[in-house]
Amino acid sequence: MEETPVDFLSIPVSTGTTILACAYRTGVVLAADSRTSTGAYVANRASDKITQICDNVWMCRSGSAADTQNVAAYVKRMVEEHAMERNGTGFRENESNDRAMMVDVRVVAKLTQKIAYENKEKLQAGMIIAGWDRVRGPQVYGIPLGGSMLEAPFSVSGSGSAYIYGYLDNTYKENMEREECEKWMTEAISLAIARDASSGGVIRLVTIHENGCEKQCVLPKDHKVCDGELEQVATTTTAMV
Amino acid sequence: MQDPDAFDLGGFEFSASSHNAKEGGFTSKLATKTGTTISGVIYADGVVLGADTRSTNGETVADKNCEKIHYIAPNIYCCGAGTAADTEAVTGTYYVYFSIFQLILILKGMVSSALFLHRKSTLRESRVVSAQSILKSHLFKYQGHVGAALVLGGFDIHGPQLFTVYPHGSSDCLPYATMGSGSLAAMSIFESDYKDGMSEDEAKLLVARSIRAGIFNDLGSGSNIDLCVLSRAGTKYLRNFEIPQERTYIRAEGYKFKTGTTVINKRNFQTATSTTTEPKKIL
Repeated sequence: MEETPVDFLSIPVSTGTTILACAYRTGVVLAADSRTSTGAYVANRASDKITQICDNVWMCRSGSAADTQNVAAYVKRMVEEHAMERNGTGFRENESNDRAMMVDVRVVAKLTQKIAYENKEKLQAGMIIAGWDRVRGPQVYGIPLGGSMLEAPFSVSGSGSAYIYGYLDNTYKENMEREECEKWMTEAISLAIARDASSGGVIRLVTIHENGCEKQCVLPKDHKVCDGELEQVATTTTAMV
Repeated sequence: MQDPDAFDLGGFEFSASSHNAKEGGFTSKLATKTGTTISGVIYADGVVLGADTRSTNGETVADKNCEKIHYIAPNIYCCGAGTAADTEAVTGTYYVYFSIFQLILILKGMVSSALFLHRKSTLRESRVVSAQSILKSHLFKYQGHVGAALVLGGFDIHGPQLFTVYPHGSSDCLPYATMGSGSLAAMSIFESDYKDGMSEDEAKLLVARSIRAGIFNDLGSGSNIDLCVLSRAGTKYLRNFEIPQERTYIRAEGYKFKTGTTVINKRNFQTATSTTTEPKKIL
C-alpha cells in the first residue's frame, strides 16, 4: 500500500508554521498564519495558533499540534493555580487595579520552558510566550525545540521563519508604535506565507497592552504579498453575452 | 560501509541508500488502516454528523452495514475513523435491556461512561468540550498508538459545536469537518457548497452528499449513509438515511433449494470402524 497524502493515522498533525511576536513601545503583538497540515494535506486552513494562557499572556505554537496544544493546556492550568494563590479571586492588592488572572510574563515563560526541557525527548514543540505585566512591561520569550528560553525584542519560529529572518533583522525598529508594529508583522507573515508551502491562510494577530488584549484577522486578499494564493474567487459566474 | 571514493566525487552523497540496498532495501512497516468517510457540519441551529457504513479488513469488506456514529451523551455523538477497536473503546455505545421489572441500561466506552457519571453527579447536561478534552488527553497519553480519528459534534449550553480529534491528541474547532480515507472527497463537497446558517434539510443533504463523494470515490468507503442531527430540539439518529449502493441482483427464487433438486445418482454408506478390512457395500 503506498502512502496517501492523508495518512492521518501515522503522520502526526503539525503546525508547519510561521509565528512571530514582537514588543512595541507599550505592549506586544503576536502574529501567526493559520495553516495546519498532515503531510501534504491541509487539515485546517483557519486554525488558531495563538493561545491565551491568562489575561495578559498569550502563546504562539509551532511544531506538533498535539504536543503544543497539550503543553499550552498544562501551562494554562499551572498558571491559573499560581494566579489564584497569588492574587486571590478579586483584584490585586496593589493600587494598579490589575485583574486576578494577571501573571508575570516571565513566570509563564519559565513554566513553559520547564515542561519543554523536562520532556525534550518526547516533545516536538517550538513556542513563543509574549505578554505585558506592570513590573517589566512588554516581554517576548522564545522557547525553541531543545527547551531553552531566550528573551528578545522579537522572536520568530516555525518552518516559515527561515524565509523572513533577514527581512526582520533588516527592518526592525525599536520602540515602534502599535499600528506600525502590527503592519510590520503582518508584512513579515505574508512574506513567509508567499514562500513557505507549510504556511498559509489568514494572518492572526493578538495585541496585548496595559488595558487588555485584542484579536485581529487579516484575510488573504488583504495581504501585501499573497502571490495569488487563495485570492477571492467569485462564486457566481455572470452569463457571457 | 561507506565507499571511500564517494568523497572524491563531490556533490551528492548516496552512501546511506547504497547501504540500505545492500541490506535488502528499506521497507517501512505497514499499518492496517480502516477506510472510512466521516464528516460533520454546523447549521443554523444544530450539527449534522455523517458516516458511511463500510468496515474493511485489508481489501475485504468485513461489514457492509456497520455503525460509525457513536453515542457519547444524549446531546453529543461522535464519528470514528481509524482502528475500529480503538474508536469504539474510546467513544461509547449503549445497550438497553427490558426485563420484566426494570429497564437496564448498559454503557460501554470511556467517554460516554465518564460523562454519564458526571451528569449524574452534577445534574447538568454534558458539554461537548468535556468530551473533547477527555478524548484529547487520552489520545495524547498514548502518543498516537490509540488510532482513533474522530469528528465530535454536539449541542450544549454554548450552542452547536463541532471538533475534529486526531490520533496524536490534537484537535480543531471547525464549521465543517471531514476525516478518514475519504476525507478529501468529502471536503471537496464542503469547500464548494458550504454556506453559513443553513437549514436542517440543507445541512443533511450537504453531509449526505459529502459522504456519497467518499463512498463513490474512495475504495475504503462504501455502502450506506448514516446521519445524526443534534439540535436544541433533541437528537435524531437517521440510520441508513440513504442507500446509494443497493444490491443490483437478488435471485427471485431465493437461495434455499428444495430437497431433491439435485438428482442422486449413487449412495454409498460406509461403517466407520478402524478394524474393518473390507468396506461393506450397502447400495
